[in-house]
Amino acid sequence: MGDLLRVENLKTYFKTQNGVIKAVDDVSFSVTQGEVLGLVGESGSGKSMTCRSIMRLIAHPGKIVSGKIWFQGEDILSWPMNRLVNYRGAQVSMILQEPMTALNPVQTVGLQIEETIIQHERISKNSARDRSIELFRKVGIPAPERRIKEYPHQFSGGMRQRVMIAIALACRPKVLLADEPTTALDVTIQDQIIRLVEALQDEMGMSVVWVTHDLGVVAQLCDRVAVMYAGHIMELADVIELFENSRHPYTRGLLESIPSGETREVQKLIPIQGQPPDLCNLPAGCPFIPRCRYSDKSCTSADLTLREVKPGHLSACKRFEEIWN
Amino acid sequence: MTVAALPEQNKLVTRKSRWMSLTRLWKRNPAIILGIILVTAIIFLAIFGPSLVPYDPIAQNYKVRLQPPSSQFIFGTDKFGRDIFSRIMTGFRIDLQIGIVCVIFPFIFGIFIGLISGYYGGFLDNLLMRIVDISVSFPFYVLVIAILAILGRGVLNMYVALIMVGWIAYAKIIRGEVLVAKNMEYVLAARALGYSNGRILLNHLLPNIISPAIIFAMSDVIMCIMEGSSLGFLGLGVQAPAPEWGVMIADGREFITQAPWLSIFPGLAIALVGISFSMLGDGLSSLLRPTDR
Repeated sequence: MGDLLRVENLKTYFKTQNGVIKAVDDVSFSVTQGEVLGLVGESGSGKSMTCRSIMRLIAHPGKIVSGKIWFQGEDILSWPMNRLVNYRGAQVSMILQEPMTALNPVQTVGLQIEETIIQHERISKNSARDRSIELFRKVGIPAPERRIKEYPHQFSGGMRQRVMIAIALACRPKVLLADEPTTALDVTIQDQIIRLVEALQDEMGMSVVWVTHDLGVVAQLCDRVAVMYAGHIMELADVIELFENSRHPYTRGLLESIPSGETREVQKLIPIQGQPPDLCNLPAGCPFIPRCRYSDKSCTSADLTLREVKPGHLSACKRFEEIWN
Repeated sequence: MTVAALPEQNKLVTRKSRWMSLTRLWKRNPAIILGIILVTAIIFLAIFGPSLVPYDPIAQNYKVRLQPPSSQFIFGTDKFGRDIFSRIMTGFRIDLQIGIVCVIFPFIFGIFIGLISGYYGGFLDNLLMRIVDISVSFPFYVLVIAILAILGRGVLNMYVALIMVGWIAYAKIIRGEVLVAKNMEYVLAARALGYSNGRILLNHLLPNIISPAIIFAMSDVIMCIMEGSSLGFLGLGVQAPAPEWGVMIADGREFITQAPWLSIFPGLAIALVGISFSMLGDGLSSLLRPTDR
C-alpha cells in the first residue's frame, strides 16, 4: 500500500440527549511517509475528532462506530489498550491547540519531557535530560539548560507551544497530528511555529497532519489538503490543484473569502452565506445545500462519496462536472 | 570563558541562591515557616511533654483543690487537686494522636476513592457516591455513636469510627476537583503521549488537585481533636482520668464562674494546635501552587 497512515470510512458518533451527533461521518484519507496533509474546515466540521480518533482518544459519550485506521499496515482500532501505550506518543503524537493549558502546571517542563522519553525508551534519567535539552535547543528555546527547570507559567504562549512540540517529537514519532497548534498564537509567533515544524519535518522525515481553518497556513505548509464540512471530506487534492482548480462549491467559497493581498485595488470578499449546519439534524443529501449557490433538487438525494476529478483530486460534489465544465 | 571555570562558579551560585530562597520564602510565605516551627514544637511536646511535668497528671490531692494559678501551680488545679499544667502537657500526646490518626487514614483513603470515582466515572462512581450520600445523610455524631455502639467504647474503637466517617469529606473534595481537572488539556496531552491511567492519576492529576484536601486536612486535625473531646465527654472515647483537653474543658464547666482556669487553659492549648496547623496548611497550599512560589 505504501501509506503510512490510512483512514478508511471512519465514523465517530456522539450519542447525546438531542440525538446522535455525527462528528466524523465516513471519512477516508491517507498520508504517505514524509507528507504534510492539511485538514481544513470550519469549527465543528470534525477535524479535531478525526485526529482524536486516530489517537483513539474519543471520550464517552463519543464512540468510533465503524471504519478502519491503518497504521503501517495494521488496524489500530483492533488493538487492545495496552498496545496503544506504545503507539501514542512514540509512533503517532499530537500537539494540541491551547498551549496555555496543555502543560501540567505543577511540574517543570523538563520533568514533563523527560517523563515522555523515559516512558517510551529504556534510557537513564541523565541521558533523558541531555536529550531534552537538545530538543529544547532544536525547537528554538533560548538557554535550554536553565529553561528546562522552569514551570509552564514562566513561559509565553509561543514558547509553551515550542515545549509542546519538543514533547511531541521527543520519541521521533512517524506521524505528528497538529490540532490547530497555531490558532491560539498571534501571527508572528504562528509563522515561527510553522517554519519550525516545517524544518523539523524535513529533518526527521515524519508525516504531519495539520489541522487548521486557515488556508494561508495550508498554502505555506501542506502538500495535500482535505477540506472537511459537517463531518465529511468535501474535497481532497494537491495543494496547488486545490487552490487553482477547486471542484467543490464549499472550497470555492472558502477561497473567495480570503483576501489575496496581491492587488492594490479594492477587492470585495465574498463570504459564505449562512451558518454551519446543526450536526444533530442534517439536511438530506449534501449537508452544504442550504449555503450552496449551485445546489438544485438533485442534491438532496446526493451521496457524499468522493468522485475523481482527475487522478489525486477528489470531490464530494456530484454536480462538479455540470458546474465547471 | 574557560571550561574549568564553569563548575566553580555554578557551585557559588547554588549556595547563594539557597540562602536567598530561604529569606525570600520568609518574605513571601511566612505562614509556612511559622507553621513548621509551631507544629514541630507541638510534636516535641507530644513526645517529651509527659516527662517534663512537675506533678503526676492523674494523682489526686484534695488539699489543693481548685487552686487559682500561682507560682506553685502555674495553671491552677482542678476539683481533684490535679495540676492543670501537668495535665495539659500530658494531653499534647493524647490529643495530637487523635488529630493525626483521624486525619492521615481518612486523607489517604478518601483521596484514593475520590480519584478513582472522579476519573473513571460510570457505574463505579455512582456506587461510591451513593455510599457517600448515605453516610452524609446521617448527622455526624449519630453515625459515629452508632458505630461505637456496635464496636464498643474505647480509644481504639473511637479511631475506627472517626476514620470510617472521616474519609467521606476527602473523597468528595477530590472527586469534585478531578471532575474539573480531568477535562484539562494537559490530561488529554498526557493520554496522547501514551501515559497509563495510573501515571496520569498519580503524577499529573493528584499534584494539581491535592491542595484543597491538604488545607482541609489541616483544619480537620483540629476538628478531629474536638470530636475526640466530645466523644470523651460522652464517655465513648478517651476514658476518665486520662488528661484529654476536651474532657478537661467539659469538667471545668461546673466551676466556670469560680474557677475559669479549669477550662481556659485547655481551650488555649486547643487553639494553639489549631492555629499552628492552619498556618502550616495555608503555607503548604501556596507552596503547592508554582505560580505563587
